[in-house]
Amino acid sequence: MPATRPDSWHIGVILVALILALPVLVVFAHVFLPTTEVWQHLQATVLSDYVRNSLLLMLGVGAGVLLIGVPTAWLVSLCEFPGRRIFEWALLLPLAFPAYIIAYTYTGILDFPGPVQAQLREWFGWGYGDYWFPEIRSLGGAILMLSLVLYPYVYLLSRAAFLEQSVCVLEVSRTLGAGPWGGFRRVALPLARPAIITGLSLALMETLADYGTVQYFGIPTFTTGIFRTWFGLGDPGAAAQLAAILMSFVFILILLERLSRRKARFHHTSSRYSRLPRYQLQGWKRLGAFGVCLLPVLLGFILPSWQLGFWSYLTFERWFHPEFFTLVWNSLSLAAIAAVLAVVLALFMAYAKRLRPGLGVALAVRVAGMGYAIPGTVIAVGVMLPFAFIDNVVDDWMRAQFDISTGLILSGTLVALVFAYCVRFLAVSLNTVEAALTKIKPSMDDAARSLGMSPSQVLYKIHLPIMRGSVLTALLLVFVDVLKELPATLILRPFNFNTLAVRAFELASDERLADSASAALAIVLVGIIPVILLSRTIATSRPGHANP
Amino acid sequence: MSAAPTLELEIDHVDIGYHGKTVVHNVTLGLRKGVIGCLLGPSGCGKTTLLRAIAGFEGLARGTIKLDGEAVSQPGRTLAPERRQVGMVFQDFALFPHLSVADNIAFGIQRWPQAKRRERVKELLALVGLPDYARRYPHALSGGQQQRIALARALAPRPRLLLLDEPFSSMDVELREGLAREVRAILKHEQITALLVTHDQIEAFAIADRIAVMHEGRILQWDNAYNLYHRPAARFVADFIGQGELLSGTVLNAHEVGTELGVITGHIPAGCGPGDAVDVLVRPDDIAPDPSSTIIGEVSAKAFRGAAFLYTLRLPSGQPILLLARSHENYALGERIGIRPGFNHLVVFAADAPQPASMSKAPRAFSES
Repeated sequence: MPATRPDSWHIGVILVALILALPVLVVFAHVFLPTTEVWQHLQATVLSDYVRNSLLLMLGVGAGVLLIGVPTAWLVSLCEFPGRRIFEWALLLPLAFPAYIIAYTYTGILDFPGPVQAQLREWFGWGYGDYWFPEIRSLGGAILMLSLVLYPYVYLLSRAAFLEQSVCVLEVSRTLGAGPWGGFRRVALPLARPAIITGLSLALMETLADYGTVQYFGIPTFTTGIFRTWFGLGDPGAAAQLAAILMSFVFILILLERLSRRKARFHHTSSRYSRLPRYQLQGWKRLGAFGVCLLPVLLGFILPSWQLGFWSYLTFERWFHPEFFTLVWNSLSLAAIAAVLAVVLALFMAYAKRLRPGLGVALAVRVAGMGYAIPGTVIAVGVMLPFAFIDNVVDDWMRAQFDISTGLILSGTLVALVFAYCVRFLAVSLNTVEAALTKIKPSMDDAARSLGMSPSQVLYKIHLPIMRGSVLTALLLVFVDVLKELPATLILRPFNFNTLAVRAFELASDERLADSASAALAIVLVGIIPVILLSRTIATSRPGHANP
Repeated sequence: MSAAPTLELEIDHVDIGYHGKTVVHNVTLGLRKGVIGCLLGPSGCGKTTLLRAIAGFEGLARGTIKLDGEAVSQPGRTLAPERRQVGMVFQDFALFPHLSVADNIAFGIQRWPQAKRRERVKELLALVGLPDYARRYPHALSGGQQQRIALARALAPRPRLLLLDEPFSSMDVELREGLAREVRAILKHEQITALLVTHDQIEAFAIADRIAVMHEGRILQWDNAYNLYHRPAARFVADFIGQGELLSGTVLNAHEVGTELGVITGHIPAGCGPGDAVDVLVRPDDIAPDPSSTIIGEVSAKAFRGAAFLYTLRLPSGQPILLLARSHENYALGERIGIRPGFNHLVVFAADAPQPASMSKAPRAFSES
């Protein structure tokens, strides 16, 4: 059979992938550009701080998410103790909190005028400067905050891995005399290691991408450095070069994750599944397990939501007016537009991959999905540079030809913002849609084709109705991610266009913590939606589970 | 080969391959209007690939496929499946899970006026014997019911040609032959031209007017069931269709072959002279027990088939041979029994030659029915 010639599907997919890869390529290209004076200044002064702080942050958060995520996952999947069934999903709840929001909340709780220190002063009659109290706005504080909201990645993946482990392996380990602890250390943990590393690398990518927390705590890292270099020092080129270094950190993480996943294939030796026999914990062990699982939920979700709720209640009269609903409307409509676009693009890419299997399309789809690993700050820089260039070129040409100034068509408009969201979150919709599409047998397509449907009619009449649920999930996931996204929104939003995330950040930065609570709470409430979806999926996804 | 106007499907010197590997070699085949054809062969013989090429899902490397005289596939030019008016029933039925039975059947006739469409759905449901199932959904149907709905769906637009890809392979073995007869009755009622792919000869015999035996991408014989069994055109066909053993012998003269079973008389085809080494096909029903016979075989295996026993006998030379005996002729393993050959006609292959000596030219590829 002659090789299939490239047709409109090939060209379309490669075009979309190239456009979506543009920001990353632009940033990457800056590695090869000559450095400026500002860059030399950065190198001489703050660059080593950025590297050190980013590395320390990764190290600390890495340790934190492992310490919280792995033991809790093992307890809820392999042991029996009071509250286990609730903890199974409740341990995911901190995922609803963007790191910057939990950071403001804890600052409000723990700083000098906050309720904790005020109470201590009242009890002991201390005054200002009489006592030592740990400073939350520090590197250690940032590590704690990020660990509290990012551990669910490790929890989620290691739990899935523990549940997937063949019951035979675990039973063999018990017949050979391994107790709960021995079984965990010598069998379950080594088997789950690839999944744990995947979860860890996801958490570390989020750590590198974080802007709100480190900015608020005053810790100089790459993300804050990129902002400062661009908007403080006015050098986009040097900002892009910083972004390129940050991106190389991410690529190293991706590489490590891929390497560990390659080994995962050899791990499952048996496919017999049945209900896992759980270790029945007794006495103080039950209490201990309960406490270990309660603490992250309490600190990562219950306490901060209670505080946000309390603040929102206190400031009700100040925020309950049209301006707040404009914020809500801006956020929701922006997130909805981006979500629809990301899902449409994902459908197009995934369907093209189905219609035209081959290296070219598969590679293009992979490229289009890589934005998820790239920090929002980097993507914003990568969007801003080419868009501003295009705007300038168009404006100059229109002025020269027609004496009309077109101004900013792309940069500084919602177009740039929606585009950046698509770059960053296409992977979310793509993964969901691709997974659903591969579940539909190819014979469905063939049957519809032989009954007179064109390929696009097949997508519309067969695939979309069958995978309606997955498409909705993809829409929701992108929607929530966009709503939570801070740094890209901050850089790319049109002048005077505010969203909930931006407003919460601005108010908190102005030390109006209580006033920022309503916007923050709105984000958290919406953020719970994907947590519910996730907990439903994992409840039904265990091999051998009764429901298909 | 001339393009006779009565041919619904014409496959002319077709090669199909992927990634530089040819999986269908030089296939030529014609199917007249209203005839049910079958591609029969073991898995991997290229039969499904050929079927998918006829449907338009695969391109050709060489040759032409014509439907009703119109060239629909040529190298580099493949008419899209949706524009061929070729219906297809899939191995897994591929019913659309989000549509009711009626909507599934009506899927290919959405442009018809509503009244006509409803009528057609009703007619087909009655034809496949499920008149009350219009509102059900595929997941509520048994395998056999799903298959009938898949058939009704493919028939609804009155395609020029219906293709069936292993339509009974997911059914219980005991049901297959009966279902195949039912499907044949439905296809004949609709007077449709059909081509079926299967690896099961019982199915093929039950449903098809003409059968093409495929092996390693080639069609070895295109014939009716009787001829495939009694006049196999190739060693592979002799081996694949029915049971039997090849017995070596020597041509004695124009009418006789000398073998371990004695001198067998019959027509020795041209091309084999006295003294030539040949292989004679011996079917289980060519041998009968005869206590008075001097030809002795030792029972080395026996299989109870209800009405009959299938014995494997070993001749003194060690040559195995099959014997079909009535079920009250019960011999013990190791027992030595007398047998008598009773050939109606001889199937003789020149030793070490793939083609039987009787086949001086390639089988005629066009349907004669």
